[in-house]
Amino acid sequence: MCTYLTEKITVDGSGKGSTGWFGASEATVYVDHPVHAQYGHTVNIDVLNPALGPSARVALELTEETALALADAIRRAISSAPEGLASKHQ
Amino acid sequence: MSTDELTDAIVAGTVTISGHGGDQIEAYLARPVDQASRGGVVVIHHMPGYDAATKEIVRRFAVEGYHAICPNLYSREAPGADPDDAAATVRAAGGVPDERLVGDVAGASAHLKGLPGANGKIGVIGYCSGGRHTFLAACSLPVNAAVDCYGAFVVEDPPEGMPKAMQPILHLAPKLSAPLLGLFGVDDKFPSPDSVAALDAELTRLDKAHEFHSYDGAGHAFFSVDRPAYRPEAAVDGWRKILAFFGTNLSA
Repeated sequence: MCTYLTEKITVDGSGKGSTGWFGASEATVYVDHPVHAQYGHTVNIDVLNPALGPSARVALELTEETALALADAIRRAISSAPEGLASKHQ
Repeated sequence: MSTDELTDAIVAGTVTISGHGGDQIEAYLARPVDQASRGGVVVIHHMPGYDAATKEIVRRFAVEGYHAICPNLYSREAPGADPDDAAATVRAAGGVPDERLVGDVAGASAHLKGLPGANGKIGVIGYCSGGRHTFLAACSLPVNAAVDCYGAFVVEDPPEGMPKAMQPILHLAPKLSAPLLGLFGVDDKFPSPDSVAALDAELTRLDKAHEFHSYDGAGHAFFSVDRPAYRPEAAVDGWRKILAFFGTNLSA
């Protein structure tokens, strides 16, 4: 965390981390040094549930191009499915 | 002499020490096996955490003849977690509070001073966010030498939205208790050459002993052997400077 803003949002769903599936409660997005990806900086995305401890985490480290491509793919996937199919109020 | 008799053996492993608030925290200790008179080095880990590369640094200091220890700054939030999971947890919670950092370094320092052969001298070294923490510790505690490796947000304001834990601390400079060695990369943005120059100027103004080096062709994290930022030439020269600096300042 030498650098940039951490965006934090609430999420509703599940994630699969190193110890298995867990109920996810929040996600953080930040541009910072990666742990594994071979770049100086990446867009880091964590889906977490702090109440379940540090291992309840799905971690991504992506270049900014592919992070944005992922965001676009998310929008395309949602818009190509029947509206509201995956909504909280489905 | 038996080939089993190592004359320069070190021992390294995980210990529990008393940190800020008397909390029992995890730490990685490495020291020569013999009980000769030696100085102590507290290693402050970078934001990504108490990881394998940091433990190698602790062992390096032991090989070079020091008692060395790295407190796990995320011990309370994430005991036993993978270092990157621990870092993510602490990040989401707002970072390590400055007061707690100082208390944990004080506890680590006290632990080193209690080891057989300790000569009572303490050096502190930190990398990245650890560089800022080193400056903070050296302005808050009596130490004998401090090494700031590319610490950001000592001088400059962090970008808007950074956790409150990362505020500038230049105003603490009058209380710097030890000579400071600063090692930076010219290509680094955080801290930038301007920020480094501002810290240099302020320490000169205050007549504080310090020695800064900025390496061409190196940016942030140039000591990190496990990252693309690694710059062998800068890192080798940096280590040479660190060991000379500690040799001068941590001898009995």
